Amino acid sequence: MTAGATPVAVAPLRLVVRCWLAHLKYLMSSGFFVAVSSVQPVIFATIAFYLFRAGDRPTSLVYAAIGAGMLNLWSTTLIGSGQALTLLRTAGLLELLVAAPAPFVLVLAPITVATATVGLYAMVATLLWGWLLFDIPLHIEHPLLLVLAVPVTVFGLGMLGTVLASVFVRFRYANALTNLFDYPVWLISGMLVPVDLLPHWARPLSWPLPSTWGVRAVRDSVLGGRPLTAIGICFALGVGYLGLGVLTVRTFELAARRHASLALA
Amino acid sequence: MRSLRIFLFGGLLSYRALFNWIRPSIYIPTMLGKPLFQMMFFTYLGRYSAVADDRFFIVGNAVQASAIAGIFGMVMSLANEREFGTLSAVLATPANRVALFFGRAVPVIANGLFISLFVFGAGIVLLGFRMPLATVPALAATVALTIASCAMFGLAFGSVALRVRDLWVGSNLTYVLMLLVCGVNVPLSVLPGWLAAVGRALPLTHGIEAARQLAAGADMADVAGLIGREALIGSVYAAVGYGLLRLFETESRRRASLDRI
Repeated sequence: MTAGATPVAVAPLRLVVRCWLAHLKYLMSSGFFVAVSSVQPVIFATIAFYLFRAGDRPTSLVYAAIGAGMLNLWSTTLIGSGQALTLLRTAGLLELLVAAPAPFVLVLAPITVATATVGLYAMVATLLWGWLLFDIPLHIEHPLLLVLAVPVTVFGLGMLGTVLASVFVRFRYANALTNLFDYPVWLISGMLVPVDLLPHWARPLSWPLPSTWGVRAVRDSVLGGRPLTAIGICFALGVGYLGLGVLTVRTFELAARRHASLALA
Repeated sequence: MRSLRIFLFGGLLSYRALFNWIRPSIYIPTMLGKPLFQMMFFTYLGRYSAVADDRFFIVGNAVQASAIAGIFGMVMSLANEREFGTLSAVLATPANRVALFFGRAVPVIANGLFISLFVFGAGIVLLGFRMPLATVPALAATVALTIASCAMFGLAFGSVALRVRDLWVGSNLTYVLMLLVCGVNVPLSVLPGWLAAVGRALPLTHGIEAARQLAAGADMADVAGLIGREALIGSVYAAVGYGLLRLFETESRRRASLDRI
């Protein structure tokens, strides 16, 4: 190792952190992203609060607040995944990044994790909104486990986002596909409606989704329960999607190099 | 005769040229898929919260789905003219402005009606929604009027595109806000008075209420008041939209700022 060179194990970590930070800054400068991420979750949370309060479930408002926050965590992940490669391509950076010696997945994964991180705002915003306007108590049963559950959920969703991003790049109108996947995942992940209420055939669809286990982990941490199992499954799914993401990104990269289609929209 | 041609063919041509989501690869997921899953999501949420029965949510979301066409369609019909650099050419023509602007709403209304019917159909097939056959024509007429009213709101909203660069944030948030305040998923009686008042000043609210009553077996006479209010609200937005378009056109000519992005 020459003087001043970065140790081999540190370089990928530094790359991931820098990419995550850079994309986070980019997202925070996007008026559309900030406005939609900041107002939309509050509107959905308000709908959920009024429905739960007016219906037979006035005691489930914390349940609704967590679920409404998770809605946006998924939405931002989805939007970020749909736009990740398109943004790089439009900015003329895609070819440079693919040609760089660093594995491309180490560039792409932090981008999708950064969008999921922005979605965390929604979680905090909806809880505060519920506390301020609907008198929802902010008591957390397992605060330490919540501190573990939240980043694991972001990691799980971010890794799924990486797989989606590498698949979406094959579609010219990936943004339209992101419009399609909001509500179904909200529904089958049990964010506001328990999975048990869905038809039997739909329930297994929720199992491979990190959002299902993430919302369960956060809920059990806040309301009381055993969040460790859900946290473990969410983390394992994240690792699985990371492995899958490495494969799909590599496949995309090879196909794009072979067909010289990297810069083509 | 010329104005009628501009109204019908001009509207259709501008829709084909300016409505970005007309390609099947965008139209199907955005205009059909999203409203379908929106209806499913809120119907299940309604079942869980037990606020109302399935009909409440299916009818509410099926009618509100048309707002995708009404808001985004009208905004694109006006904003893209500026975005694509054709606005000055269009406004330089001596064409009748009423025909020019309101003609653009016709394909939007037809599209909104199609989307609503699709979501109603999905509700019948997937969620077992049923209604008396005798009230179907009245319901269809009510939905068509509601969509027209929403398109006029879109016209008023889209007119701002002659002055403002980016309406996408506003369009998205308005669409989502309608889910809350227009009685689509939350009964107005549950909302605070001021929020319900906002909803009553917007299109969709009275139309959705009329559609729900018709779906429950009421006849046209029972909902005449609601339909009248929906038509009145649509007319007010039409007047506001047309007034704003003329105002911004005159101002833009005076300041030579038509194509300034």
